[in-house]
Amino acid sequence: MSLIISKEQCVGCTLCVKACPFGALFMDNKKAVVRAEQCTLCGACVEACKFQAITLKREKSAAADTESKGVWVFCEQKRGVVQSVAFELLGKGRELADKLGCELCGVVLGHDIETRAIDIIHRGADTVYVVDHPHLKNFADDAYTQILVRLIKKYKPEVVLCGATSIGRSLISRVAVKIHTGLTADCTGLDIDPHKKILLQTRPAFGGNIMATIITPNHRPQMATVRHKVMKEAARDSSRNGQIIKEVFEKDIYASRTKILDIIEEISSTVNIAEADIIVSGGRGMKGPENFKILEELAAALNGAVGSSRAAVDAGWIPYSHQVGQTGKTVCPGIYIACGISGQIQHLVGMQSSKTIIAINNDPSAPIFQIASYGIVGDLFEVVPLLTKTLAAKLKK
Amino acid sequence: MNIIVCIKQVPDTADVKINPETNTLVREGVQSIINPFDMYAIEEAVRLKEKWGGKTTAVTMGPPQAENALREAISMGIDEAVLVSDRAFAGSDTLATSYTLAAAVKKLGEFSLILCGKQASDGDTAQVGPGISTHLDIPQVTYVKKIESLKDGVAVVERMTEEGYDIVETPLPCLLTVVKEINEPRIPSLKGKMRAKSAKIQLFSAQMLDCEQERLGLKGSPTQVVKIFSPERRKGGALYQGPAEESVAKIVDVIKSLLP
Repeated sequence: MSLIISKEQCVGCTLCVKACPFGALFMDNKKAVVRAEQCTLCGACVEACKFQAITLKREKSAAADTESKGVWVFCEQKRGVVQSVAFELLGKGRELADKLGCELCGVVLGHDIETRAIDIIHRGADTVYVVDHPHLKNFADDAYTQILVRLIKKYKPEVVLCGATSIGRSLISRVAVKIHTGLTADCTGLDIDPHKKILLQTRPAFGGNIMATIITPNHRPQMATVRHKVMKEAARDSSRNGQIIKEVFEKDIYASRTKILDIIEEISSTVNIAEADIIVSGGRGMKGPENFKILEELAAALNGAVGSSRAAVDAGWIPYSHQVGQTGKTVCPGIYIACGISGQIQHLVGMQSSKTIIAINNDPSAPIFQIASYGIVGDLFEVVPLLTKTLAAKLKK
Repeated sequence: MNIIVCIKQVPDTADVKINPETNTLVREGVQSIINPFDMYAIEEAVRLKEKWGGKTTAVTMGPPQAENALREAISMGIDEAVLVSDRAFAGSDTLATSYTLAAAVKKLGEFSLILCGKQASDGDTAQVGPGISTHLDIPQVTYVKKIESLKDGVAVVERMTEEGYDIVETPLPCLLTVVKEINEPRIPSLKGKMRAKSAKIQLFSAQMLDCEQERLGLKGSPTQVVKIFSPERRKGGALYQGPAEESVAKIVDVIKSLLP
C-alpha cells in the first residue's frame, strides 16, 4: 500500500501540499513529491487533488462478514442506574438501525439490573441482552470484556456503540482488540453511507483543528465511542414493547484480576462537569481560591457546575477534577460561562463545542471573545455577582 | 522492578494554527513534543524506580525523528530507550499500533509495570494503552491518579471516575494509564541532558519483532480515514462593553431564553 503521484497528471498547483496534515508533501521541480517517512497514508491529498494525480493504492482485503446484523448500544450502568449517555446512544442508534433496516439492541451488565431493561426498550431498543451477576455490580475490566466479547461473537452485530466515559473507553478498547476490529473514539457524527451501507464515523483530531471521517470497511462489528452530551437523548416512550433476553455464562467468566476495594464519590460543592448542562468556569482572572465562591453562587442560581482553566488548577485554587481543556475534561454543555479566562487554545479545545459560550473578561482583546457567542468586557468581580443577583430574581418569577 | 513507559511524539497542538486562506493546518515550525500525558507516565516511572530500584525503559513507535522524544525521556531519568520504527508501520491505526507496541514489549523481556499516558493529544483516542494490555493479556487500570502501594506483586491504585475515584487492586504485571493529577513532571537536570545526548537508542524494525507482518501498518488496520476536513470555525458574537448593569441585563435575557 502506498501513495502514488502521477508526474503526468500533476500540474504543480500545490493544493495537496497545503492539504497534508502531516507535512509529508513538498514540491520538487514543480511536481508534488511525498516524504515517505512522514506520510501516514491518510488520503487527505487524494481528496484535495483536483487532477486525479494522487492515488492511494490499497491491497484488497477480505470482504466484510455479511452475516452481521443489528446495531448495539452498550448501556453503562452505575449503582444499578442506566446512565444517560446510553439513552443518547440509543437515540442515534435508532436512526442508524432504521437506515440499515435492522434491529436496535441494548446490552446491559450489572446486578439486579433486569428490571431496568425496560427503560432501554422505552428509549428505542427492540431487544435488550441482560447479563446479571453479583460480580458485575460494579465495572470490572476482565469480566465485562469477556462477556461483551462472547455476546458479540454469538449474535454478530453490525455496529456497536459505547459511551466515551472512563468505563466505556477502558472496556471497549479491550473488546475491539479481542474481536480484532476497528474502533473509532469520540465520534461527533455517525451516519450510514447510503450505497455501501457502512458506518461513517466523524471525529475531531488535533485538538479539534481538523475533522476526520473514518470507516471500518472489512471488519465487523464497526465500533465507535461517543462522548456524553454530544448526541440528543432518545425520547421516552413507555408504550414501546421489546424483547428482553437474559444471558447466562459459566462461572469463570465473571472473575476479574482487578478488584475494586472502594468507590469514593467526592461530594464536591458542585455537580460533575461532564454531566452539567451549564458550567461556570474561572481562570487566572479569579485571582485566588477564595473568589471561586462567586462562581459557585452563579452556578447554584443556574443549577450548574463549576469548571476552571488549567491556570487556576495549577495555581492550586481548585481541584483538578474541575479542569476543562486539553489536559483536563472535554465538556459540551448548553451554556458555558467563562470568567477571567483568556482563552488559550488548550482551554478552547475542551469547551468549544458548547452550544452557547458567554465570556466575561476585562481585556477586550482576549482570544476567548473570538469564539464566545456573547461577551461582556468588564470586571468579573462586579459582573458575576450582579449576574447572579439579577438571574436569581428573574428566575424566581 | 522493570518498568516500561510507552510514549508518543506529537505536534505541539497548542501551537497548531490554521491558515485562514486554505483552512488547513500550518505544519511548518510546529514543534514536536512528548505527548503531555506521557510526561506523567515518565515521571511516575522514574519516581517508582527511585523508590524501589530496577530499570525504566521508554518505548515509542514512530518515524526516525521520534528519537528526540526518547532522548527527552532519558533526560528526565529514564534508563533505556527503544525506537520502534519501520516503513511497515505506516498507516497504523490504534489496533495495529497496540499490536506492534505489545510485540516490542514482549521482546524487552520481563517487566512488572507498563505505564502510558491516558491518551495522546493529537488523536485523543485513549485506545492504545488498553490495546497493549489486551494483546499482552495482562490486567489494566485506566485513569490512574495515584499509586497507593506497590508490593508483593500487587498494586493498589486510585482510578479517576466521573464522580470521584475508585480504589482498585491489581496483580502485577499490569498496565496503568495515568492522568495529570498523579505527579508533577520534573525539569531535566543538566546531568540528565548530557546523558540523553550520548545515550544509545535501540532500534526495533518490523523484522526484529516476533509478530505477524500482515497485522502491521495499514494492512493491519481495520479503520481507514476516508476524508479530512476543517471544522466550521466558531465565530465571536455580540460584545457588550458598556456599563455592567446594561451588559448583565442583555446576558440575563440570553440565558433566560436558553433555559427550558
